[in-house]
Amino acid sequence: MNNEVVIKVDHATKNFKLPHNKNNSVKSAVINFYKRNKSYDLQKALNDVTFEVKKGDFFGIVGRNGSGKSTLLKLLAGIYSPTKGNVAVNGKLIPFIELGVGFSPELTGQENVYLNGALLGFSRKEMNALYKDIVDFAELSKFMNQKLKNYSSGMQVRLAFSIAIRAKSDILLIDEVLAVGDAAFQAKCFDYFAQLKKTDTTVIFVSHDRSSLERFCEKGILLNEGKIIESGDIHKVLNTYSGIIMEELSHSQSTSTDQDKDINQKSNSKDKSASINNTKTVDKDGISKTQFIYGESISIDYEVIVKKTIINPILGITVWKKNIDSAIYATNTLIEGYKETGKFVKGDKLYFKATIPQTINDGEFYVEPAIANESATIVYDQKLKATTFYISGSNNPHSLISSVDKIVFHKIDSSIKPKKTTK
Amino acid sequence: MFKRIFSKRNRILVRELVRTDFKLRYQGSVLGYTWSLLRPLLLFVILYIVFVRFLKVGNGIPYYPVYLLLGMVMWNFFLEMTMMSLGSIVGRGDLIRKISIPRWIIVFSSSLSALINFLLNLVIIAIFMIFNHVAISWSILYLPLIFFEVYVFALGISFFLSAAFVKFRDINYIWEVVLQAGFYITPVLYPLSRITNHTYQKLIILNPMAQAMQDARYNAITHQSITSYALFHGGYYIFIPFLVVLIVLLIGASYFKKNSINFAEEI
Repeated sequence: MNNEVVIKVDHATKNFKLPHNKNNSVKSAVINFYKRNKSYDLQKALNDVTFEVKKGDFFGIVGRNGSGKSTLLKLLAGIYSPTKGNVAVNGKLIPFIELGVGFSPELTGQENVYLNGALLGFSRKEMNALYKDIVDFAELSKFMNQKLKNYSSGMQVRLAFSIAIRAKSDILLIDEVLAVGDAAFQAKCFDYFAQLKKTDTTVIFVSHDRSSLERFCEKGILLNEGKIIESGDIHKVLNTYSGIIMEELSHSQSTSTDQDKDINQKSNSKDKSASINNTKTVDKDGISKTQFIYGESISIDYEVIVKKTIINPILGITVWKKNIDSAIYATNTLIEGYKETGKFVKGDKLYFKATIPQTINDGEFYVEPAIANESATIVYDQKLKATTFYISGSNNPHSLISSVDKIVFHKIDSSIKPKKTTK
Repeated sequence: MFKRIFSKRNRILVRELVRTDFKLRYQGSVLGYTWSLLRPLLLFVILYIVFVRFLKVGNGIPYYPVYLLLGMVMWNFFLEMTMMSLGSIVGRGDLIRKISIPRWIIVFSSSLSALINFLLNLVIIAIFMIFNHVAISWSILYLPLIFFEVYVFALGISFFLSAAFVKFRDINYIWEVVLQAGFYITPVLYPLSRITNHTYQKLIILNPMAQAMQDARYNAITHQSITSYALFHGGYYIFIPFLVVLIVLLIGASYFKKNSINFAEEI
């Protein structure tokens, strides 16, 4: 890998003028010309963006919807020209933003391959050489003489993607393509990326998918509202990104809980012998917070105000992950061996605290505290979504929990005694 | 500059776009490409019946049916090319928004599609000329030059219209009206000699389409066709139509160039 800069974006700004009244007809153009009515909203899609990409880099562009990622890609591809600043690209760039540009439903798969190839700058001769590879990679050799309109959308994308990656170029722009295709095809794409990493191809990769970004990219930038707010090492970029997402979620969460506070916070109890108050998540120092980094100590505590005399109540919590039906963690005094918690009378205050496992991966979680009688037949109080907390920064965000024990991995070789390697 | 315009990538693109245009043109029709030849043939039958049998407007012009057909085919070429190009940029909006290709290639390739269709029509005309025993002289070699003039004229207009259509969607209705008017002030269906007022005759011949049509008929079919050379007795006025073509091309191309950088945003 050398240090040749292949993409240089220098203080690039892109503004879109969104006229209040688009002059889509000559009449309105004439009228507005005389009125000198040139009012428009200026939308700053990109604001003073500067970065460099070196040859052979896998470069990630991360950002929420509307953060300017697509505009930036279009600037790189030469589809838009910057309002201010400069975009310089050095090398042959496969200028596709979306896959299957120019695909025509009335043409056969084969004809579309050649047409798409031409749009990417390849002659028939060059495409002939690539054709078999493309068809094999897309696994569509049986369908090449059928019209594209008879293809499923997955087949179309596979064909388009195959053309795009088979077509040799110095720079590839890839925009959210991994969301399509089945698992087997995705695996093939990942294999291909792994191969690309060995070559000198520069890849600009736009995705929401943390794991693929983390797997392939070394560097990246995070865009938010048209500005770069983090750049450099991909892990740093992704952590900041998670932070933004979490912040966003907690904002929307707080507004939604305000709205359905009645539902979520309402006690579910049939018996009013005790009530749960002040449920919160705290870190190892006992400081209340809702956003945690993976691996951090997370404890949940609450208080109970006793209203009638109760004997040996069971106190517990359940933790739910958003959109998952079963509890991911639950514990109570009975499970933990506190059989006789004692007798309490009206006015007593109880404190409960449970520390949850540190191997839970990224996500949004709800806490459900509860207090019940000795035999768990009467629920004194229970709150469905008493509080919400977030975990981010795990390197394994696609499973619920990370493994606790180190794995053992080695080649089985009879002559040498197995050597333990760790993850 | 020419090296850049006709770079390998651009040549590949033009070839593939024209090819696609042609494949899609008669998509789903039973006779397919035969229509390219059948249309001028049927047109000839209609012109023959109406203008030679019914109206007898020939004014003693020899080979009047072929004379009519040549004018009609030239006019149709102009009409088809400008109409096709007008919508070409907007029609290919998906390409423009998603890929960086020189914008003019889209207009250029749709103009080539129209040109190829025109050349096919000329084959039919050639056949009719032979069947009607038109005396063919060396002057027929001027025809490519005349057709080139029409092509350049239509190309200039195409560039302007296709770029303007991105911003103003009523351009196509306006252009339809202009074409209608143009059809009647160009001596397509009637012989120019029918207009007895010489001033009007001269004004009409200043229009490049009329001048080209009359010249083509003069050189290919019959010397009864009144040319600008004859009308102005070889004066400087004969250069006006060519000047018009040149100015139209320059204005069209520069308007297109100026606006093309914003196509992706405006479509």
